[in-house]
Amino acid sequence: MEGISISEFGSILMMQGFNGLSVFSVLLLMALGLAIIFGQMGVINMAHGEFLTIGAYTTFVFSYLTQTYFPSLMSTYFLFAIVGAFIFAGLVGLLVEWLLIRHLYKRPLDSLLATWGLSLIMQQIFRSTFGAKEVSATLPDWLMGSWQPTDTIDIPLNGLFVMGLTIVLTCLVGLFMYRSRLGLKMRATTQNRVMAGAVGINTAMVDRMTFVLGCGIAGVAGAAFTTIGSTGPTSGSLYIVDAFLTVVFGGAQSLLGTLASAFTIAQTNSTLEFFMTGSMAKVITLLSIIAILMMRPEGLFSIKVRK
Amino acid sequence: MTISKGMQWSRAELASVLILAAVILIVLPLALDIFRLNLVGKYLTYAFVAVGLVLCWGYGGILSLGQGVFFGLGGYCIAMFLKLEASDPESTKIQSTPGIPDFMDWNQLTELPAFWVPFKSFTWALIAMLLVPGVLAAIVGFAMFKRRVGGVYFAIITQAIAAILTILIIGQQGYTGGVNGITDLRTLHGWDIRTDSAKYILYYVNAALLIGAVIGVRYILKSKLGKLLIALRDKEERVRFSGYDVASFKVFMFVLAALLSAIGGAMFTLQVGFMSPSFVGIVPSIEMVIFTAVGGRMSLVGAVYGSLLVNWAKTFFSESFPELWLLFMGGLFIAVVMYFPNGLAGIVDQFMKKRAAARAAAPTPPLVTEPVAPAVGALSPADATASPAPQPLADQQVRA
Amino acid sequence: MSAYFLEIEDLTVSFGGFKAIDGLNLYVDRDELRVVIGPNGAGKTTLLDLICGRTKATAGSIRFKAKELTSLPEHKIVRFGVGRKFQNPSIYENLTVFENLEISFPRGRGVLGALFFRRTQDVIDRVHEVAREIFLEDRLDEPAELLSHGQKQWLEIGMLLMQDPELLMLDEPVAGMSVAERKKTAELLKRICRNRSVIVIEHDMEFVKSIADKVTVMHQGKVLAEGPMDKVQADPRVIEVYLGH
Repeated sequence: MEGISISEFGSILMMQGFNGLSVFSVLLLMALGLAIIFGQMGVINMAHGEFLTIGAYTTFVFSYLTQTYFPSLMSTYFLFAIVGAFIFAGLVGLLVEWLLIRHLYKRPLDSLLATWGLSLIMQQIFRSTFGAKEVSATLPDWLMGSWQPTDTIDIPLNGLFVMGLTIVLTCLVGLFMYRSRLGLKMRATTQNRVMAGAVGINTAMVDRMTFVLGCGIAGVAGAAFTTIGSTGPTSGSLYIVDAFLTVVFGGAQSLLGTLASAFTIAQTNSTLEFFMTGSMAKVITLLSIIAILMMRPEGLFSIKVRK
Repeated sequence: MTISKGMQWSRAELASVLILAAVILIVLPLALDIFRLNLVGKYLTYAFVAVGLVLCWGYGGILSLGQGVFFGLGGYCIAMFLKLEASDPESTKIQSTPGIPDFMDWNQLTELPAFWVPFKSFTWALIAMLLVPGVLAAIVGFAMFKRRVGGVYFAIITQAIAAILTILIIGQQGYTGGVNGITDLRTLHGWDIRTDSAKYILYYVNAALLIGAVIGVRYILKSKLGKLLIALRDKEERVRFSGYDVASFKVFMFVLAALLSAIGGAMFTLQVGFMSPSFVGIVPSIEMVIFTAVGGRMSLVGAVYGSLLVNWAKTFFSESFPELWLLFMGGLFIAVVMYFPNGLAGIVDQFMKKRAAARAAAPTPPLVTEPVAPAVGALSPADATASPAPQPLADQQVRA
Repeated sequence: MSAYFLEIEDLTVSFGGFKAIDGLNLYVDRDELRVVIGPNGAGKTTLLDLICGRTKATAGSIRFKAKELTSLPEHKIVRFGVGRKFQNPSIYENLTVFENLEISFPRGRGVLGALFFRRTQDVIDRVHEVAREIFLEDRLDEPAELLSHGQKQWLEIGMLLMQDPELLMLDEPVAGMSVAERKKTAELLKRICRNRSVIVIEHDMEFVKSIADKVTVMHQGKVLAEGPMDKVQADPRVIEVYLGH
């Protein structure tokens, strides 16, 4: 550590910042799904991390199958895997919504406990299917290596890709929520369920689609996750607390808040990691969030409304 | 007339507590060998947490997913004292710094950290065991409840606190013993806690304290304070505008639940002989909630049976079918929420009502009434009848 | 110059730019029963929210018995003698009528006080006295959820009477009541406004006529008119915004 120049220090900070961006991407995608589902249905989905895991395992399976049967397609499989992760996580979400979630609307604490149970079951299923050992998807060549804008800065391509993917997906979700017909119905149901039902919106269907969408996004987060880490049965559950804090910290109703809060949390953590051990960085990040939430429980972004 | 009805114990309530006392003070010690009894003793330390959760969650509507924090802090305070006693210079003379706990030596610490020093005194350890968790709960409670934060937000924040404490303990292994925890505890003022006789004594102390806790919390629920808790769940605003400082009641409940957990943790350390972060974090904390839910979140006696049953099942599964345990536990969470919101106490209550109805219908009672298994039969119909059914946890007052 | 019991001056509250109460002045005397009327959204309920501390004022002052209330927390305002009934009957359905009234008895309001509260004879006497007043003496042991809608309204008024407040605020106390119940309620209100001020929000004009000393008409967060009922009823502005419709 001794004798590093100012410019080297700057480069390290910059790279640390990019590390933070990978975490930011995963957190943001997780939190987006959680926020939409909570806002819409009042359901706390503790099994959300497992949908990330589904996405990650889906990517792994795609990679395995491609490598075994169509090695020539290795350079493009990952794009299909992303779509596959979305679809597969969404389908499982559809099933879960039908079996469990629809009985738990507007019962946040009950849904929290029940979905925790669901997450245990899903983890065990992963373990029985893929084994307790972590697996890794083989990444296409174009995701390996790094980009070196200067001699001292070294930014891994996979991190850049994940970030790009996150930005695209976030924009799509934003467009979907604010421009599409279904998005309009979702927002209507969130704001006034009874009224939405009265004007002919099939709120049960809207709820189901919301849940599926949230799970699908988590699936994509899982695909993104495979580029920065290996996948085990509990990979997703490691993010659940952080993701919930992200939602709460951002102010549960606001997409922009979720974005800002995911960025703040990931960057704080990653910057602190440069100065201290990983665990202390995490402790200080979480403690700061809680301290801020205690002073400002409504989160970073919120609108004062008349009750 | 309403003279003082409702403030006194009904016969059924009294019976449920007496049966519980008989089960854990007489039946179990007679039926089990010391190894199994010690296990039961361990399960009963979780029952302290569960009893606290009945008060705080069942009656108060405040779901804490961080009770492991208080359990752990209580346990660690006692473990620190015991560890110092086990680390006298004589028995640690092979270390590079004799007289400090072994894990400190492994982590190149050369003297006892300042916050460990007071724990040489048992009195201080006992005070700290209640003070540390109590103050933490009070701070968190004040900060949250004064700002009307409750429901899911509170649950998530307490869960985050559990995560933080675990990471801290594991990360600072030189000061805390890390992931292994504080192990190899031997004596309390020279009294060897590992012997069978000590285990018997500790079991009885634990069981007696637990019965005391059940009676104490029952007293609270019977007082006007208990009525206020029901009122608070019904119409929090009305209570506030009847001149009550609602936040202080919630803080009181949360602190009391934390203190009960801490006592459980301390008794855990004494009976099991170690304390580790695996009893502090997110997973153990939420499991403690499920003990409560299985027993019945509105039933104090039920919470004790819930802790016993779920932990017994856990031991059984992990001995015989380890891969099924998570599936079972997961199913339990879902089943309790979806089908048995009042847990075992609710089931027993329904059963008793049906039987009473059947009896009323047929004047001649059946010759043999099948007794329910003693443990389940003891489950307080009283408990369930005395308490209103929990609302479908209408805790959507995320912020009231 | 504390001539009045309750003095509200230049009271303003805005929600994200929208002024629900806008520079409002209101003075109420002791022993007075004041009725506040006005179209929906005029700010009537918000006014009560502000007085009892449920909503914090953006500007202005609320003085009661010469003490400023705007900075006090809700429970202290209540303990200072302000009682408030909500628009929907707000009672504890899972407790008995007796327990509902008992909880409102102004003793043992702290944590320890509640823990060691004893149901002494004076509590019992007071509960029975109030229960007689609100026509529920024979229902004391029943769970409150079994009461009719009108009886729940009475029970909530009774819970306020237990506190013996000096300022009593009732938000639509006769909503959902039968004609007979309304008559009984009118008598009840006339009886209980002795030695205190009472503010009632109500839409039912017949009922208002039967109880009001003085009527305040609110419109868009301001006082539009004030005075005896017949004078207010004849006011063209009042007819325009409220009565005429």
